[in-house]
Amino acid sequence: MLRCREVSKLVSESMERDLPLRQRLAVRLHLMMCRMCAGFARQLRLLRHAARENPERLGPDEGAPEARLPDEARERIKAALHNGHE
Amino acid sequence: MPDHTSQPESTLNPADWVDRHGDTLYRFALARLRDAEAAEEVVQESFVAALGARDQYSGKGSEGAWLLGICKRKVVDLVRRRNRPDTGTGGDLGPDPSEAMFDAKGNWRLDPRILKGRPEDALERKEFWQAFRGCLGRLSQRQADAFTLRELEDLKSDEICKELGISASNLWVLLHRARLSLTACMKSHLEKWGLL
Repeated sequence: MLRCREVSKLVSESMERDLPLRQRLAVRLHLMMCRMCAGFARQLRLLRHAARENPERLGPDEGAPEARLPDEARERIKAALHNGHE
Repeated sequence: MPDHTSQPESTLNPADWVDRHGDTLYRFALARLRDAEAAEEVVQESFVAALGARDQYSGKGSEGAWLLGICKRKVVDLVRRRNRPDTGTGGDLGPDPSEAMFDAKGNWRLDPRILKGRPEDALERKEFWQAFRGCLGRLSQRQADAFTLRELEDLKSDEICKELGISASNLWVLLHRARLSLTACMKSHLEKWGLL
């Protein structure tokens, strides 16, 4: 019988590869009986979905000062582009 | 004779790039690298590379989308550079939160569920994103980089292994630790804010 600790690891791994049949069945059985692990598994999928749909929300908000390319860098990059142009 | 049938965005204007697309590229890079200096570096490398490759621009798709595609590759390049084995983080899988999260029998010490009710509703809340962002920033760099390439960028496992120079089983360990730590960290944030 798998414990939550192993199940959490296998649930995470199952997002990266197909688990061998025996492990897959053992995990499925555990998830049917353990609401915490089932919730954890659902949550991992939700975090993946959230990150892929809205990656920019994991950075500074649009319009926030720290979301703006700093002036110093701006000038430096313009100069680099200008030199590359010649 | 000028071709009047071409779309306005099908030509490149390198002189305006920094003003028109600098902030977008910077914000893109910063969300993935969590380091202002690294993000600036990537923006510069992207524009310079784009200038060198402007003959290869097909004219399909907008200038902005083309630049963003280049920036995406430069982000991955930077992640690879900063995780090179000789940077001192090589082979380091970061802290393992398992001891804190499971008891000696392997049961959860704390309910790992951070999202009660309809978890999908959480995506609408700014607190969810604040916690997600803050907690991602507190992971070890390698864990956060693995998580970012996998979950934000949707790179295949074997590509990430190649970029980070690690085995598949090490990648699984990195991702599992990252996911456990995010769970514990986000739970404590959301609890503090009374959202659980």
